[in-house]
Amino acid sequence: MTVTLFIPCFIDALFPRAGISMVEILERLGHKVVCPNEIACCGQPPFNSGYWDEARTIAAPALEKLKDAEAVVIGSGSCGAMIKKFYPELFAKTPQAELAKQVASRTWEFSDFLVTKLGVTNLGAKFPHKVTFHDGCHGLRELGIKSAPRALLGNVSGLEFVEMKEESCCGFGGTFSAKFPMISTAMGEVKCAAATETGADFIVSNDSSCLMHIQGLLSRQGSKLKTIHLAEVLNQR
Amino acid sequence: MSFVSQFKSLASEKTRDLRHRSVIRTALRSYEIVRDKRKAAFQSWESARQAAAETKWEAINHLDEHLVALATKLEARGTKVHWASNGAQAREIIAQILRDKKARSIIKSKAMTSEEIHLNHALEKEGFTVVESDLGEFIVQLRHEPPYHIVFPSMHLTRGEIKDLFQKELGDAPSDSPEELTMVARRVMRQKYIQADVGFTGGNFAIAETGMISITENEGNARLTAALPKTMITLMGIEKVLPRFSDLALFLPMLATAGAGQPMTCYNTMYSGPRQPGECDGPEEWHVILLDNRRTELLADAEQRDALHCIRCGACLNVCPIFRNVGGHTYGTTYSGPVGAVITPHLRGLQDWKHLSNASSLCGACTEACPVKIDLHHHLLQNRRNASASEPAFFEKLAYKTFAIVANEPAFWSLAKKIGWLTQPLQSLVKGTALDPAKAWTKTRDLPPQPLESFKDWWKNRQ
Repeated sequence: MTVTLFIPCFIDALFPRAGISMVEILERLGHKVVCPNEIACCGQPPFNSGYWDEARTIAAPALEKLKDAEAVVIGSGSCGAMIKKFYPELFAKTPQAELAKQVASRTWEFSDFLVTKLGVTNLGAKFPHKVTFHDGCHGLRELGIKSAPRALLGNVSGLEFVEMKEESCCGFGGTFSAKFPMISTAMGEVKCAAATETGADFIVSNDSSCLMHIQGLLSRQGSKLKTIHLAEVLNQR
Repeated sequence: MSFVSQFKSLASEKTRDLRHRSVIRTALRSYEIVRDKRKAAFQSWESARQAAAETKWEAINHLDEHLVALATKLEARGTKVHWASNGAQAREIIAQILRDKKARSIIKSKAMTSEEIHLNHALEKEGFTVVESDLGEFIVQLRHEPPYHIVFPSMHLTRGEIKDLFQKELGDAPSDSPEELTMVARRVMRQKYIQADVGFTGGNFAIAETGMISITENEGNARLTAALPKTMITLMGIEKVLPRFSDLALFLPMLATAGAGQPMTCYNTMYSGPRQPGECDGPEEWHVILLDNRRTELLADAEQRDALHCIRCGACLNVCPIFRNVGGHTYGTTYSGPVGAVITPHLRGLQDWKHLSNASSLCGACTEACPVKIDLHHHLLQNRRNASASEPAFFEKLAYKTFAIVANEPAFWSLAKKIGWLTQPLQSLVKGTALDPAKAWTKTRDLPPQPLESFKDWWKNRQ
């Protein structure tokens, strides 16, 4: 299969390792990976702030580029939800309405793609650490992804998995983190405390944007706890 | 101070208050345990939610017919039905009843609609004595503050604080045991019940089919409020109508489960009229005031009409990480938490209250918790869209226009990444200070180090 990898702006600029890991994993599984250079962003920041015209300015050319993709795979539940769930709404009553629905139906979050579409749960990865998993809210509640990343982590050799006692938002929320930093920080502190309580060495997630927030707080607190994208864990041999 | 500045200032204070965070967390942890236990007692909680949402759709989409049926049935048994378009009208109707009855003292059971129209303040200004009889409301009334939460008005207070309050205000607080404190409140309230000329209640559900108003409570105070004084006044929003009596079989346990983790609330009473000939108790007169107060504007909004499904259970507040960190008073609204953020812009003006829709990470825990399936967090997005479309923020719009140009042109995007990489060392010099353009982030959080080679550089080099 030819997989079109959608690289979100923050993975491109800040967390390239997550993207590289996805390419390597998909190629090892025998798929051809393409990655359109012209797509930089899904348009979620203006969309979530209420600037839907500006969001369409970014999303419309992206949609055109994805028109013929067999499968669009994206290493972020948040950007995945933007395309799968919100593009049809953003483009409703526009000439691209039908295209938005089609592309949405062919778009997959990375872990969901591996488990649900490809039926793969064991990638032969090795990661001898204690880890906990953070569900990004968009992946969890907009896309309903909860078991796929756990199934994948369950087959990583040497990995000890422990759940956090409470399921809560990390407080990132895109521009919310800058518009209401005090609330965002308090939410992040609650999250970091829950993760620390597990005694894990790593917080794994399928969303780098949440991890950027959590890591930002942990680094400032001087915590030894580290964050890592799911694809990077699955790519460790 | 504008509503948004006030919100931000209170939010800054509360989010730093670790004691507050811990009190709310402890209270809601126990709630979560009992709620989950009660949810599991349903054959299927999800099917129950679906059925409740459908019943509410039916009720709200035929509100006109249901309201007429309700009023006709109520009037047939001698109840006086009043229609209030707004808070001022409702206050005047109530005050006029009190003047006609030459009343002086009013005993109240819990009613958020009375908070919505600022009733106590208006009545006290006219010289009436108003006493809240719900224990939580009684406590916050003694503190001269609004309820902290729509279901648990005094959940932000510890037993010790309530003991000190009773000692100061009532001169009686033998210990901080809930039983003894409740006995103190009970002794005070019994006197007030006997003195009261008028009893005032809210309403949880109104049944169109039978012309009944259902009141749910745990303390028996609403029953006394309705039973002892000669005149009873009930104020409720027009959206509280359910089509059939049998709908209560679903809605009463659902409200109890979602709201407080109870199988059923302790007392559920259906009122169908004042004292009838031959009956030995009940009020001689019953006035029911049906309040619009811009609910019909929400009804006209097809996209967000389901916000009128709300049964005021408070489940969305309880699971909301924003509510849990900023607390109920920070909102500055009668209805706080996610549902408050959705409906307040409709009830009190979008531009003044849009910040509540912005103050959300859109995590969706509220929508998942809502027993009547209101699409809460998506309504926050719609409020943001409507607010930006009608009054865009100049610099924000400009920033997104610029971002769109950069994102759509690979050469610009590549350049932007290079500039980001080059300015990293400078940024770290001013990190978190007033000179730092990213200080909203860096005041409490580190920025991730940006590598020289982006994913796209790697991809290009590899081809």
